[in-house]
Amino acid sequence: MIVTNDISKSYAGTPALAGINFSVQKGELFGLIGPDGAGKSTLFKILTTLLRPATGMARVAGFDTVKDYRSIRKIIGYMPGRFSLYQDLSVLENLTFFATVFGTTMAANYHLIEEIYLQLEPFKNRRAGQLSGGMKQKLALCCALIHEPQVLFLDEPTTGVDAVSRNEFWIMLKRLKAHGITILVSTPYMDEANRCDRIALMQEGRIMQMDTPENMVTSYRKSLLAVRTNHFYALIQDLRNNPTVERVEPFGEYLHLTSQAEMDPQLIHDYLLARGHTAIEVKPVTASIEDVFLDLLEATPG
Amino acid sequence: MLKIFLAFVRKETFHILRDTRTLVILFGMPIALVLIFGYTISNEFKGASIAIVDEARDALSAELIAHLTASGHFELVAQPPDMAGMEKAFQTGEVKLGIVIPAGFEQSFFREKRAAVQLLADATEPNYATTLTNYATQMITAFQQEQGRVEVLPYQVGVHIQMLYNPTLVGAYNFIPGVVALILMLICAMMTSLTIAREKETGTMDLLLVSPLSPMVILLGKVTPYVVLSFVNAVIVFLLGYLVFDVPVRGSIVLLLVLCLLYLMVALGLGVLISTLAATQQTAMMTSLFTLLMPTMILSGFIFPIASMPTALQYAAHIIPAKYFIEIEKNIMLKGAGWEAVQFSSLVLVAMMLFLFAAAWRNFKVVYD
Repeated sequence: MIVTNDISKSYAGTPALAGINFSVQKGELFGLIGPDGAGKSTLFKILTTLLRPATGMARVAGFDTVKDYRSIRKIIGYMPGRFSLYQDLSVLENLTFFATVFGTTMAANYHLIEEIYLQLEPFKNRRAGQLSGGMKQKLALCCALIHEPQVLFLDEPTTGVDAVSRNEFWIMLKRLKAHGITILVSTPYMDEANRCDRIALMQEGRIMQMDTPENMVTSYRKSLLAVRTNHFYALIQDLRNNPTVERVEPFGEYLHLTSQAEMDPQLIHDYLLARGHTAIEVKPVTASIEDVFLDLLEATPG
Repeated sequence: MLKIFLAFVRKETFHILRDTRTLVILFGMPIALVLIFGYTISNEFKGASIAIVDEARDALSAELIAHLTASGHFELVAQPPDMAGMEKAFQTGEVKLGIVIPAGFEQSFFREKRAAVQLLADATEPNYATTLTNYATQMITAFQQEQGRVEVLPYQVGVHIQMLYNPTLVGAYNFIPGVVALILMLICAMMTSLTIAREKETGTMDLLLVSPLSPMVILLGKVTPYVVLSFVNAVIVFLLGYLVFDVPVRGSIVLLLVLCLLYLMVALGLGVLISTLAATQQTAMMTSLFTLLMPTMILSGFIFPIASMPTALQYAAHIIPAKYFIEIEKNIMLKGAGWEAVQFSSLVLVAMMLFLFAAAWRNFKVVYD
């Protein structure tokens, strides 16, 4: 449904995208994961035909994003990273406006937005600018969906939204996928990666790795331990001095230790005990997307 | 297509009605401008303060003073004994015009058949000084004739002055056409550039572009409400001019309104062009003010006559749309002229409109680079 071929783009000499290659299958929920400045929004602008790539080309539903941009604009839904609806229009006015603009009505595609709209309905006469972050995102999703697009582009839909609303949002995306809509979504939150069918990890305009979240985690070959003691700051220092540990990263209330070689939890335990730590907890853990990401980051030069 | 267009009009109307700033600019500014210009820009005066040094103190000088003050245009506020006193009155600013009647006024008038009266004016305000001295001269001439003792010269060139189209030199006849041109340019162009810049700034323009809409529909849908509102404004200002300042429309009202619409199209083209160059409302606003307000006020002939400008500025005035529209307005409203008289100006405006539309269309980005 989406195919890109070596897309690059720079802003005033600074590369934003450097050789992006990936493809998304029909009906897939594909996630672009990466921190701010990784080039996710630029990639979205190119795929939604708003921006011309410097080199390379992309196709959406078989149409070239540069030559056939008009055809693409008829069949996609786009939700930009920044809340971009009319703040001084009410929820209902925004929805009817976008429905008309796309040559349809709210009633015609109500089955698609019903679930989301039911949550918005109590506020239907409220101005969009006065909605909470979560409600704004739901309204923006409704507006992007109102014409039953074949492909949905959601640029950081969960940024600035509370945990409960984020969770609801991902459940909604799963249901939309069930309607056969192809969804490309970006997020800076690594913990949301598992919600996608496939993900691409992005950093500095490049895709570092692309796979299903499960494969990505199981292909993580290094040994990983989670450690916690009563003395968090001394712990980082002590572990970094341990020759068997390659990398130490804070991970919630734990520290994650990585090493190419197998690490013995008992040895680490004894090592810390000798350095005066108490309440020591050392346990092997399976890698998360964040571990994979940090590991890739270290492996990438520059 | 009509449905989409109407949805746009509805949406824009909501934007306008829900934003007090827009409402004030749209309806407060025109009325305020007309009233401010109407009551401040004027060559007419009443009760100007004058001082008279009467060195003659005879019957005729007393008569002249009575004649001058009787009209109500001059108010005698000081009668200093000598020139030193007169100068003091000027310096304190309490007096704008001074009249000196020399000693032996009556005697010279009747015996030598020639008498002199000196007029002094505060020329720190040149226009006002000229107006006051002109008027005083007229009154003194009239006084002289009243005395009926003017010796008729054997040969005489009689100069009869007739002020055409505006016999009493009413200021409003000049400023109402000017204000209409200014307001329409400002409102139509500025509001258009602001409303498009706003969509760019908030990111909604991206959403509109990523839709099946053609850019033409987007632009038309957005600007139509502002054209209608500007037109309503023009009618309000013409009405205000007629009702409050007695400015007539002697020619065809239909022709005037049709050409008014043409001028609006030019303003609209400018507005869209500005919006294609400005990324934010702030830039759009500043650009509009600097490229539209100042030239329209200064170079259109509205405030300063084009004929008295330096040559370079006279050429610059030729590219100011308001110049042509003011000519059209004056021809139709004051002279009662028909199409032949406004043909040239109208065609210039049509050319400007086409040029601006083409430039705006070329500049309007559907895909960014």
